[in-house]
Amino acid sequence: MRDICAAFSEIAGLRERNAIALKVAKDRGRKVVGTYCLFSPVELIVAAGAIPVSLCGTSATPIPAAEKVLPRSLCPLIKSSYGFALTDTCPFFHFSDLLLAETTCDGKKKMYELLGEMKPLHLMQLPQVQDEAALEYWVLELKRLMTRLEQAFDVRITPEKLAAAILLLNEERRSLKALQDLLKRKPAPISGMDLLTVLHNRGFTVDKREAIDLIDRLTRELAELSDQGISPFTAKTPRILLTGVPVGLGSDKVVRLVEELGGSVVCFESCGAYKKVDPVQPGKNLLRSIAEKYLRVPCSCMSPNKGRLQLLEQLVREFAADGVIDLTWQGCHTYNVESFTVKRHLQETVRVPFLQIETDYSESDTEQLKVRIEAFLEVIGTSRGERP
Amino acid sequence: MVAAGIDIGSTGTKAVIFDGEIRASVVVPTGWDPKAAGLEAYRQALECAGLVADEVQSIVGTGYGRVSLPIFDRKVTEITCHARGAHFLYPETRSVIDIGGQDSKVISVDPQGRVAEFAMNDKCAAGTGRFLQVMAGVLDVSLDQLGQLAVGATPVPISSMCAVFAESEVIGLLARGTDKGSIAAGIFHSIAARIQGLAGKVALSHRVTFSGGVALNRELCRAIGTSLGIDMWVPQAPQMVGALGAAILGYEA
Ligand code: SF4
Ligand code: SF4
Repeated sequence: MRDICAAFSEIAGLRERNAIALKVAKDRGRKVVGTYCLFSPVELIVAAGAIPVSLCGTSATPIPAAEKVLPRSLCPLIKSSYGFALTDTCPFFHFSDLLLAETTCDGKKKMYELLGEMKPLHLMQLPQVQDEAALEYWVLELKRLMTRLEQAFDVRITPEKLAAAILLLNEERRSLKALQDLLKRKPAPISGMDLLTVLHNRGFTVDKREAIDLIDRLTRELAELSDQGISPFTAKTPRILLTGVPVGLGSDKVVRLVEELGGSVVCFESCGAYKKVDPVQPGKNLLRSIAEKYLRVPCSCMSPNKGRLQLLEQLVREFAADGVIDLTWQGCHTYNVESFTVKRHLQETVRVPFLQIETDYSESDTEQLKVRIEAFLEVIGTSRGERP
Repeated sequence: MVAAGIDIGSTGTKAVIFDGEIRASVVVPTGWDPKAAGLEAYRQALECAGLVADEVQSIVGTGYGRVSLPIFDRKVTEITCHARGAHFLYPETRSVIDIGGQDSKVISVDPQGRVAEFAMNDKCAAGTGRFLQVMAGVLDVSLDQLGQLAVGATPVPISSMCAVFAESEVIGLLARGTDKGSIAAGIFHSIAARIQGLAGKVALSHRVTFSGGVALNRELCRAIGTSLGIDMWVPQAPQMVGALGAAILGYEA
C-alpha cells in the first residue's frame, strides 16, 4: 500500500517536513500553540491567527528523562509528553509560543503544573460532567482562553474569524471521517498501521487547507485501489476495533501485533481518530456551539461517560468488527477502571468478543501480548464457526 | 488418524501422540534450545508410541517456543490448547486455571471445549511458576518441600504483588524469625489471591480444571481451591494438558 499510493508517501514524511515549515512560519511572525488533548478548542487558536500543533507524547525515548522527575508508575503518555519537553526533542514543543492544557486526568493535570515552568501554559478547567451547568462553565473557560490568546498574540478574535475557523475545522473532520470510513469496506483497503501513520503525521501539519486536500486525495486513491480489489487483507481477516487510550506512532505495538498475527485494525475509537471527527454543530452562538462540541468528547475522564458506550456500539456495527480490543496504559486509572463498564456494555448489546490489554510503551511484554492477541484471534475464529 | 501435539514451554517441553486416545506423552526439559527440545520430545513420543514420523498425519505446536519449529502443520496458542485438553479430560469443565512458568491464565470454556474468554497476568511475574521458584529459592527448599512445609501452617500475609518485592519481604520475614511453614503457606496464599483476581475478570465457574506444571504441587492446589471456594479437577499429569489439547486439535481438523 505504501508504495503504490502517492499520497501516502507524502503523508509519511509530514512530521519532518512540517518541523521546517513551522520554523519558516515562525520567522515570518506566525504564532504557534501546542496542544496535548482532544479537548483543546482548536477553533479559537485558528481564529487567533495562530498555528495549532499536536505535541509529541507517543514515543518511549524520552521516558527515562521524565522519570527523573515523575513517578515511574505514571501513565507512559504523560511521561513521554513531559520527557519530550524536558529533553527539548519535540520540534513542535520547541516552536510553541503557548501550550494549551486542560484538567483531564489527575496525572496530566499535575504534570502541566511542571510544564508551566518551562513555557507559557494556559490551563483550561475542564468540567468532568456533561450537563447544562458544566456547559455554561465551559463557555466561560473558552472566553478566558479567548482573552488569553488575544492578549498574548495581540489580536482580536472576531465572530467572522471564529465562523471561518469552525468551517475549516469541520472540513478537516469531514475529510478525516471519510478516510476512516473507507475501512468499513470488507476487506479494509489499508492496514490499521498505515491509517495510524496517516492520522499521526497529520497532527503535525502547519497548513490545514493543504492537509485536508492531501487526506482527500489519499481517500480517493485508496478508494480506487480498493475498487480494483487491492487490499492487504482478505474478506476473512478478523476485523478489530481498537478503543481506549490515545495511540500514535511509537505507542503502536498492539496495532502492529494484531496485524502481524493476522488481524486487521479497521477502526480506532480513540482521540486522534474517530473521537475526533465529531463536528461543531453551527448555532446562533458560535462560542457555545464550540463549547458543546468539546464537552461532548467521550473521554474516560468524564463521569459518567455514557457517550463512549454509545459511540462504541455504533462503531462495532458500522465497521462490522469481529472483536474489540480495549487498550489501556499502565497507570491510567480512568481507562483501566472504565474497561469493565465497556466490556459489560458490549456484551449486553453487540455481543462481540472483547479483550483488555494493559501495557506501556516498552517492548518488554511483547511475547505475552502475542499469546494474548493470538488467542483472542482464535476466539474470534471459533465464534465465527471456524475450527481453532 | 494419528496426531501429535508439542508444547514448548519456558521450562518443560511436552509431546503427546493422540489417535482418539492418548498413545504416548513425554516431557523433556526445554533448556536453552527450544527447537532441540521440541524435536527431542517428539522423537521420544514417537518411540514410546511405537510409531515412525510418517505415520503421524498432523503436528500442532503450542507454547512460547512454537514459533521455533518448522515441523508444525499448525500453531495454536496454549490458551486454546489448554481449554481443549481440559475438555477432553473432564468434559464438564467450564473453566481452566493454568499456571505456567511465565504466565498464569484463567480461561472460560464453552460446552464444546472452545475458549469463550480468558484473562492472563500482566507483565508482573506474581502468581506464576517463576514466582514460586524464586520464593522456594529464598527459603532454600525445593518446590516439593515448599508444599510439605505449608501443610497445616497458618499463612503469614505476603502483601507484595511483585516477585522482586515479595522476595525482600520474605527475607524480612525470615530475619524476624517467622517460621518457614507459615511463609510457605503465605506464598501459596498470595498466588491464590492473584488467581482470584484474574478469575474475577472472566466469571469463574465451579467446574474448574487446574493445569500446568505448578498443579503438580498438591498443597498449592489445596490452597487455591480453598481460597477460591471450589474443588478443582487436577489431572494426573497437569503439565501435559496443553500438548494434549494441541494433539486433539490436529486430530479433529
Ligand atoms: S483520552 Fe481524554 S484526556 Fe487523553 S487525550 Fe483523549 S480526550 Fe484528552
Ligand atoms: S491515558 Fe489515561 S492517564 Fe494517560 S493521559 Fe490519558 S487519561 Fe491520563
